[in-house]
Amino acid sequence: MKMIKQLRSKKAIYLAGIILVTSSYTLISEEPIPQGKTYSASEKAASQKAFLAVYDVLMSPRCMNCHPKGDVPLQGDDSHLHTQGVIRGSDGHGVYAMKCTNCHQPKNTPGLNMPPGNPKWHLPPADMKMVFEGKTPRELAAQLKDPEQNGHKTMAEIVDHISHDELVLGGWNPGDGRKKPPLTHPQFEKEFRDWVKNGAVLPEK
Amino acid sequence: MTNLPKSNRRQFLKAGALLGTGLVISFVVPARITKFGESAEPDPVASFAPNAYLSIGSDGGINVLLSHVEMGQGIWTTLTMLIADELDADWKNIHVHHAPPGQPYMHTLYGLQITGGSSSTWSEFDRYRQAGATARMLLIAAGAKKFGVDPATCKTENGMVISGEQKASYGDLATLAASLPAPAKVELRPASDWKYIGKGLKRLDAPAKVNGTAKFGMDMQFPGMLTAVVAHSPVMGGTVKSFDATAAKAVPGVKAVVQIPTGVAVLADHFWAAKKGKAALKITWDAGANASFNSVTQMEKYRALAATKGLPALNKGNVESALSQGGKVIEASYDFPYLAHAPMEPMNCTVKLGADKCEIWTGTQLPGIDQAVAAKILGFKPEQVSIDTVFLGGGFGRRATPTSDFVAEAVHIAKASGKFIKMVWTREDDMQGGYYRAAFHHKLKIGVDNNGYPTAWNHSIVGQSIFEGTFLSMLVQNGIDSSSVEGIADSPYMTEVKDAYVGLHTTKLPISVLWYRSVGHTHTAFVMETIIDQLATEAGKDPLEFRRTLLKSHPRHLAALNLAAEKAGWGKALPAGHFHGIAVHESFLSFVGQVVEVSVTNGRVNVHKVTCAIDCGLAVNPDGVKAQMESGIIFGITMALYGEINFKDGKVQQTNFHNYPILRMNESPEIDVHIVASTEKMGGAGECGVPPTAPAIANAVFAATGKRIRKPPFASIT
Amino acid sequence: MVYKLKVNKKDYSVDATPDMPLLWVLRDLLGLTGTKFGCGMAQCGACTVHLEGEAVRSCVTLIARAAGKEVTTIEGLSPDSKHPLQVAWLEEDTPQCGYCQSGQIMAAAVLLRENADPTDEDIDHAMSGNICRCGTYPRIRKAIHLAAKLQKQGGTK
Repeated sequence: MKMIKQLRSKKAIYLAGIILVTSSYTLISEEPIPQGKTYSASEKAASQKAFLAVYDVLMSPRCMNCHPKGDVPLQGDDSHLHTQGVIRGSDGHGVYAMKCTNCHQPKNTPGLNMPPGNPKWHLPPADMKMVFEGKTPRELAAQLKDPEQNGHKTMAEIVDHISHDELVLGGWNPGDGRKKPPLTHPQFEKEFRDWVKNGAVLPEK
Repeated sequence: MTNLPKSNRRQFLKAGALLGTGLVISFVVPARITKFGESAEPDPVASFAPNAYLSIGSDGGINVLLSHVEMGQGIWTTLTMLIADELDADWKNIHVHHAPPGQPYMHTLYGLQITGGSSSTWSEFDRYRQAGATARMLLIAAGAKKFGVDPATCKTENGMVISGEQKASYGDLATLAASLPAPAKVELRPASDWKYIGKGLKRLDAPAKVNGTAKFGMDMQFPGMLTAVVAHSPVMGGTVKSFDATAAKAVPGVKAVVQIPTGVAVLADHFWAAKKGKAALKITWDAGANASFNSVTQMEKYRALAATKGLPALNKGNVESALSQGGKVIEASYDFPYLAHAPMEPMNCTVKLGADKCEIWTGTQLPGIDQAVAAKILGFKPEQVSIDTVFLGGGFGRRATPTSDFVAEAVHIAKASGKFIKMVWTREDDMQGGYYRAAFHHKLKIGVDNNGYPTAWNHSIVGQSIFEGTFLSMLVQNGIDSSSVEGIADSPYMTEVKDAYVGLHTTKLPISVLWYRSVGHTHTAFVMETIIDQLATEAGKDPLEFRRTLLKSHPRHLAALNLAAEKAGWGKALPAGHFHGIAVHESFLSFVGQVVEVSVTNGRVNVHKVTCAIDCGLAVNPDGVKAQMESGIIFGITMALYGEINFKDGKVQQTNFHNYPILRMNESPEIDVHIVASTEKMGGAGECGVPPTAPAIANAVFAATGKRIRKPPFASIT
Repeated sequence: MVYKLKVNKKDYSVDATPDMPLLWVLRDLLGLTGTKFGCGMAQCGACTVHLEGEAVRSCVTLIARAAGKEVTTIEGLSPDSKHPLQVAWLEEDTPQCGYCQSGQIMAAAVLLRENADPTDEDIDHAMSGNICRCGTYPRIRKAIHLAAKLQKQGGTK
C-alpha cells in the first residue's frame, strides 16, 4: 500500500494527514470534511437525501450480510443466518475449520447458490463489528462518522473504502442468481460523496 | 480386506448343500477383492470352506462372507460376531467381505438377497452362529484326527484346537478339515458361553473409515474406465426428444455422448470433464405426462379424498354410529410431504461389459435384484453378471430400488457406449432423481369417553403404495399396502377402542416412491403419538400417565416408555423455557420410547436433549444398538424440522443441501440411550429409533407454545 | 495446463484445466479417493482437505489456487493412522457408513491444532460445516474431546 496525499482543486479546505488507499494504482479524490464550515439548509437536505440512497445500498443483502448484528454472517437475498453456523471469529475471518476462505474463493464459484468469492472475503473483526443490520439511517450514518465505530477511519478513508475496496466492489459482482444493490457502484459512490460533501449530515431518523 | 481365492468356488458350492440352504445354482465366485487397477489375483491359498459364510485358509486367514451389506448400521461387525462366538477365532485373522449374489445369501425370511427391514441381526442369528459352529466342529474333528485323540478331549481357543499338550492352529487344520464329512448335528453354545453376543465389539469397518482406505462405490477406479455423468429430464419421467452434443464433445476429456432411456450420458476421462460436458449439452425434453404435477395441489386432492371412505385396513364395531352419539369428538388432519433419502454418497455404479459377461461394482442393498435387472437389459443370464458390493455411503432404503434404477442406468450407458464406465450422479441428480418417501394425508375423528379415553376412531389415510408392482407386492392384500397403515391399524392404542375404522386410499401417481428409513412409521407414528398426546391434554391428564393407562396390556411398550421417562426425569423441573415431549412406538419388532427436551425461541425449534429407551429383545451388540438409536434420532430430527420435497410443474424444487437441509453438529442434541434388559423376541435397531422422535418433538413444541403440529417439517413455528 | 502440486508431502504434476476443482484432481487424477464428493457446493464438507493447513472444501477450491501449495488429505493426516483423532474415532466407534468421516476428521484436525482443549461450543463452531446423514455427531463430539486428551498426553503433535 502506498500513502497518497492529494489536494482537491474545487474546495479550499483539505484534510490534514494522509489517506490510506487500497491500490497504489488508484488516484483518489478524497472528500474532506470541512472543519467548521457551516452548511446551508439546502446543502444539509441534500446530504441527508444522499445518505438515504446510500443507506438503501448498505442495507441491501450484498452489504448488510457481512455486517450482521450478531456474530453469524447473513446469507442470500433474504439475509437469513448463514447455514453451517459460521461465526465471525476475533479477526472476522471465521474460526477453525470454518474460516471464510475455506469455501469462499478469490472469485465467485459459478452456479446458483454456489459460494460467492472475493480475495478479501471476511467480516469486520470482533472488536469493531461495524453492524449495519437493524440500524436506522441516522444510527448508521453516525456510526460511519465515528472513528471509534468505523474502523478508526477518517471520513476521507471511509470514502476511499467505499469507492475502491475490493470487497465493497464485490457487492456489485455478487455471483449467479444474487441481487445487486439498488444503485450501481458509481451511483452509490456519488451519493456517498454528496452526503459527505454537503456536511455528512445525519438523517432525522 | 484380503483376497479371496478363486479355489473357494468348489468349497462354496459344497457349502450350500451342507447347510441345507438348497442347491447352489447361480453362484459367482466372490468378488475379486483386489486392489483397484489390479487384475491379477494372488496365488490361491488352499482353504476350508465349511459353508457359504466363511472359509479358512491354510494361512489361518478367516474370510467371513456377509449376506447383508454394511451401510452404516454395523452389520459388518455384528454378523461376524455371531460367527466368532461359535468359532473361537483369532480376531486379527478375520477378514470380512460382502457376499456376491447367491442362493445361500437369501434373506432367511424374505426369499431374496436384501438388506432392509431392520432384520439382519435377528434373521441371521441362528444361521451365522451355525456357520461358525459347523466350522469349529470340523476343525475339532481335524485336530482330533491329527492328534490321534477323541474329539471330546479337544477344545478351541483363539484360533487353535487344543487337546492336552497338543495344539494346532485353524490354518494348519484347514486342509484336513476340508476333507472331513459335515457333522450330522450342530449344537450352538448356550448364552452363558457367549463372549461377544450381548457384550459387543468395536466396529470392524472403522479402521478403514478413519484413514480414507474404505472403498465405496464412488471410489472404484480402474485403468481404462471412464466417468459418466447423466443429464436427466428436469420433469420426472420426461424423455429426450432431441439433443445436440457438439459442444459437449468439444469439452477436453469428453470421450463419448450416448442417449439412454433415462437421458443423455456424457463419458469423460474424469468427473469434472463429464460434468462440464453435461452442462454443454443442448437437450430438448419431452416432459411427458407429469409436466403439470404439483405437490401442493396434489395434497388438496388428498384432503378431499380423505373425506370419503377408503378400503378397510381395520374395521371393528360401527364407528359412524359411535361417533354420532353426541359424545366429545376430536378431529384432526395431517399432511406429510415427500422426502428424499439423501445418503451422503450420491448414487453411482461401475460397469465393465464384455461379450458374455458383465462386472458391476456398486453399493447396493439388493444385489440379487440388481443382477437380474442388469442381466435382463443385456439379454444375459444372471450368472453372467457379477455384483461386487462395496461399502454403501448410506442407504436408508434408497439403495434398494425394485427397478435397480441406478444400476440399470449404468448398465444402459455401458451397453450404449461399449465403454467401461463409472456412472456418478451429482447431488442434484440424487435429490431430484426419483424415489421418495411418499406424501401422505391423514384425517381423524376420535370419540372419547367421559375420562377422555378413545372409544371410537375413524381414520382415513391417503397416499401412494410402495409395494404395489414390486417384488414385494405380496405385502399388498385386499388393496391394502401394509406399509401405508402400519403403526395405525395395528396400533396398541386401538386395543381398547370398541369402534374403529382405518380406511386407506391408495393413489396412483407418476412419482416414484420407496421405503424410507422406518417406512410407514415415518408418518403413522407422528399421527398416533401426537393425537394421543392431544387426547391426554384435552382430558387434562399427564401425557405419560395417559399412555400408561392405554398401554396397560402392552408390557414392551410400557417398558420402553417408562425407562425413557425415568431416565429423562419426566415431570421434574427443566431449565426455564425448556419443555419435554414424549412418544413411544413399536416398529420392526422393537419398542422405542423417547423423551425430548425442546425450547422454542423466536419461533425457532431447538432440540436440546433426547432420552431414548429401546426394547429389542437381546441386544447382540449393545453399543451398536445405541449407535443406531442416536442415528435414528438425528435422522428423525432432520425429518421433523427440515424434511420436505416439493414438486412444481413436475420438477423437484429441492436440489442440494442448501434447500434440503440435514441436521448439523450445532443443532445436534445430547442423546442418552438406554436398553431395556429384555429376554423377549429379538427385533431390529436400524429404523425403530426414527418414528418416535418427530412426534415427541411436536409434543414438546405443544407444551412450549400451545400449538399442535399437523404439517411437518416445523423448524419454524409461526 | 500443467500444475505442480504437493499432496501429502509428495510432489505431483498434473495436466488439468484451471477450473478443475482440487477434489477431482485428488480423486480422479491422483487416485486419492479418501476425500469424498458429497454436494459439489461447499455445503456438506465431505471433501474437506487441508490447503496450507486450512480446512478448505476441495469441491469448490480450484486447482489454480492449490498449485504450488501444501495439500494434505485424509491419507496423509498421519503416517500410521495414529493421529489422536483417528485413535479417538476408533475408541468411540464413531463411523457408521463412513462416507463423511474423512471430511469430519480433516475439519476436526484444524480445530485441535488451533484449540488444544475445545469446548462443546468450539466443536459446534468448527464442525457444523460437515454433514453426517448417519447422525454420528454425538460420537464425533466425544471423539474430539478424547482426542484433545490424547493429544495432551502425547505432547503436541
